[in-house]
Amino acid sequence: MMQSVNRTAAAALPGAGAGGEARPPHLFLDGISKRFGAFSALEEVSLAVEAGRLICFLGPSGCGKTTLLRVIAGLEVQDAGRVEIGGRDVSRLPPAQRDFGIVFQSYALFPNLTVAQNVGYGLVNRRKRRAELKARVAEMLSLVGLTEHGAKYPIQLSGGQQQRVALARALASSPTLLLLDEPLSALDARVRVRLRQEIKTLQQSLGVTTIMVTHDQEEALAMADSIVVMNRGRVEQVGAPTEIYGCPATAFVADFVGEMNMFDATVVAADRLAVGGLTLTSAHIGKRSVGTQVRLGLRPEEVRIRGLEPAAPNTLAVTVTVLDFLGAFWRATLRLEQDPQVLLRSDFSINAMRDLDIRVGQHLRIALPTDALRVFDGART
Amino acid sequence: MRVGIVALAALLLLFIALPLATLLLKSFQDGMGRFVGLSNYGRYFTTPTLVASVWNSLGVALLSTAIVVPLAYLYAYGLTRTCLPGKRMFAALALLPLFAPSLLPAISLIYIFGNQGFLKGWLVGGSIYGPLGIVMAQVFYCFPHALMILITAFSLADGRLYEAAAAMGTPRRRVFWTVTLPGVRYGLISALFVVFTLVITDFGIAKVIGGQFNVLATDAYKQVVGQQNFEMGAVVGFLLLAPAVIAFALDRYVQRRQVALLSARAVPLAPGRNAGRDLAMMLYCLVVGGLIAAVLAVAVWGSFVTYWPYNLSLTLKNYDFETFEPNAAGPYFASLEMASLAAVAGTAVIFGGAYLIEKGRGLRALRTLAHLTAMLPMAVPGLVLGLGYVFFINARWNPLGVLYGSILLLAINSIAHFYTTAHVTALTALKQLDGEFEAVSASLKVPFYRTFARVTVPICLPAILDIAIYLFVNALTTVSAVVFLYGASSKLASISIVHMDEAGATAAAAAMATLIVATALAVKLLHLVLEQHVFAKLQVWRKR
Repeated sequence: MMQSVNRTAAAALPGAGAGGEARPPHLFLDGISKRFGAFSALEEVSLAVEAGRLICFLGPSGCGKTTLLRVIAGLEVQDAGRVEIGGRDVSRLPPAQRDFGIVFQSYALFPNLTVAQNVGYGLVNRRKRRAELKARVAEMLSLVGLTEHGAKYPIQLSGGQQQRVALARALASSPTLLLLDEPLSALDARVRVRLRQEIKTLQQSLGVTTIMVTHDQEEALAMADSIVVMNRGRVEQVGAPTEIYGCPATAFVADFVGEMNMFDATVVAADRLAVGGLTLTSAHIGKRSVGTQVRLGLRPEEVRIRGLEPAAPNTLAVTVTVLDFLGAFWRATLRLEQDPQVLLRSDFSINAMRDLDIRVGQHLRIALPTDALRVFDGART
Repeated sequence: MRVGIVALAALLLLFIALPLATLLLKSFQDGMGRFVGLSNYGRYFTTPTLVASVWNSLGVALLSTAIVVPLAYLYAYGLTRTCLPGKRMFAALALLPLFAPSLLPAISLIYIFGNQGFLKGWLVGGSIYGPLGIVMAQVFYCFPHALMILITAFSLADGRLYEAAAAMGTPRRRVFWTVTLPGVRYGLISALFVVFTLVITDFGIAKVIGGQFNVLATDAYKQVVGQQNFEMGAVVGFLLLAPAVIAFALDRYVQRRQVALLSARAVPLAPGRNAGRDLAMMLYCLVVGGLIAAVLAVAVWGSFVTYWPYNLSLTLKNYDFETFEPNAAGPYFASLEMASLAAVAGTAVIFGGAYLIEKGRGLRALRTLAHLTAMLPMAVPGLVLGLGYVFFINARWNPLGVLYGSILLLAINSIAHFYTTAHVTALTALKQLDGEFEAVSASLKVPFYRTFARVTVPICLPAILDIAIYLFVNALTTVSAVVFLYGASSKLASISIVHMDEAGATAAAAAMATLIVATALAVKLLHLVLEQHVFAKLQVWRKR
């Protein structure tokens, strides 16, 4: 696991870092801040990453995730804070004296060098013997499945192949840290999904600590051992993918990762909230006092329409107003009959649609599980 | 890398900024180096013969501009917006003057319309020696400069606008006023300024064909070389700088607007066939291109004629420069040496410098300063830079004085003179490279100079060759800057043309001019051939 000592995130994440790991972190960031003129790109970001893990920095554009990666690489110099790689303080060292490999969004392959020359580019400098170098290049090429393409130039390869060359080049000199800056965003959707798995497998077999920057939540959920969700230069939450998705720590995380219905609500009892004209029961109010303004979140797939018990809490009568076919499922927009101001997005499986013969204008009874109604601090922003 | 940036900034300041500053200072000093405020300027503007030159210069420049730009506009239109056959040939014809010293058209015109000219009668009693000759020669000399700018402006057009206009049934006249003209207006303005500046600052044409008609450029020469009146020379230099700087500033402003005009999604315009229009444009281009070739051909022909116009039998004796030069072949080889030195050293400094400015890390202020200084020569006429060098290098305190009169100094001066265009070419090429090459190299622990040699230079090779050829051709043909700086052993071919013409040896001057043109063209052709057959092999990685 990884732990966060960031002030914002640590407070919101009591569980993080409680694993009591014995090993020292491979990458350690302490209070990193960076400004570009009046714009604050990073504010006191602290993070510890255990060796061998794949970590995703996830967030909208401008959240500081790429800046943080570049600070780790030494391509940007932080205004304040410390960077340690493998227990060594590298805060003031230039990139060449830090130990990492990097893959950029553009791949930055040298177009005038062959695939093999690209992969061996950093090895030449380390005074390896020719045969040794050739063997290492061949090994790397076979590792990424490009053995036959060594003599080609980058322009002759597909986007996915170029991406793998960049990966092989970054890994050739066996760095202990691999940095990936949006490595898949320039690829077709189908190639992207396949490469996700390949990168993950490669990373695990080599055991190299890896930081990947992405704005694609699906990618982060599928690949990461741990996700660092960032917003406005700060860390919002650190956790395993299931944790980030299932127990978002803030309204921002809830809204950014996955789909989420969000409502303004007021606490009216230890387990009850008022949303517009109706009252709902939630298991997540915690110790919030009566009268507190909160945000209430509900994932569309949590809305129940089958097997409702008559006495189940949060049972509501709704009208289907819009139906969008999204391939694997339908997304319905439901209007609450009790308070027509409130609209609820809800995902129905193909089966449910067929079995219940759901159409626009139809009246339905739904239930919102008390455990699925998430409560976040703060009124609407 | 830091050492490189500091060295670059020092070189640029030393050989561009300081000479100009010295010139400025000199114009406020008297002969003894005492500060006299504006009194030199006062003296200048109260001397009627000198003030007359200002008006002469302005008049000639305005008239030449008014003739060149419309001619070039139509020519560029023909090359870009019609389907006239032989576009490449017509473009090549029109660019010929770039390979000749500005002295050449002046010499040609003397052969044609001069005292012994075969078409002298056409001038109905007028004389070619004066404003008429200057304007005609300037039209020839400036035509390709205007043409290149306008061709670029025309080719930036967005074809979708024309399709939209056609879809709405817009009449052609309205399409011209609402789409075509607005599209090229910035290029048009740019061409106007460039031609105006070229004419007002050119020295060679006025010197050869100007007769008793004085202009600013010849005044500066007379004041400094003839009368050793350096202060007055400095004043004239600054008067020359003013229009050039204004033109440069406006041009920069206009170009920034031009870029914003074209969206990244623009579709290039493919001209459709129109038999009548295409034929008319072909006739026009034939006439203009033919005239350009004819002017060049007359000078070449004249250089082989025994005694113009009485004995037209051909001879090589005009190429025996011994009669006019103590060291017959000296100037030609001095020119070759200087141009080669400027091309090799200049390309290395300019490309390396552009790399440090664009891809360097740290020393941001110094890099910006270096870039601004590199952009400065564009606004500085060669004559002014030459004067600046005279004052700066010859200053008693300056140890660089030992360079005075050397081939090396001439080469340095030429590099400085033509720095901006080459610098911009290098920057453009470098900006096309992936911005992360340096970061990747650093992560692979490969030093930056190794990536520079193994990746940056090979990828930019075409641009590097363009820069080298540009420097070579311009260093070979330039007169204005170097005319103040040459020494006994470093007299250049272009200066020798001026001297031989002064001595009345027009045929020998034509012969030397022909040699320069032939050399410049040969080098350019060699470049094209090499590019197609040799360098193409080095660029296999560009092909899918």
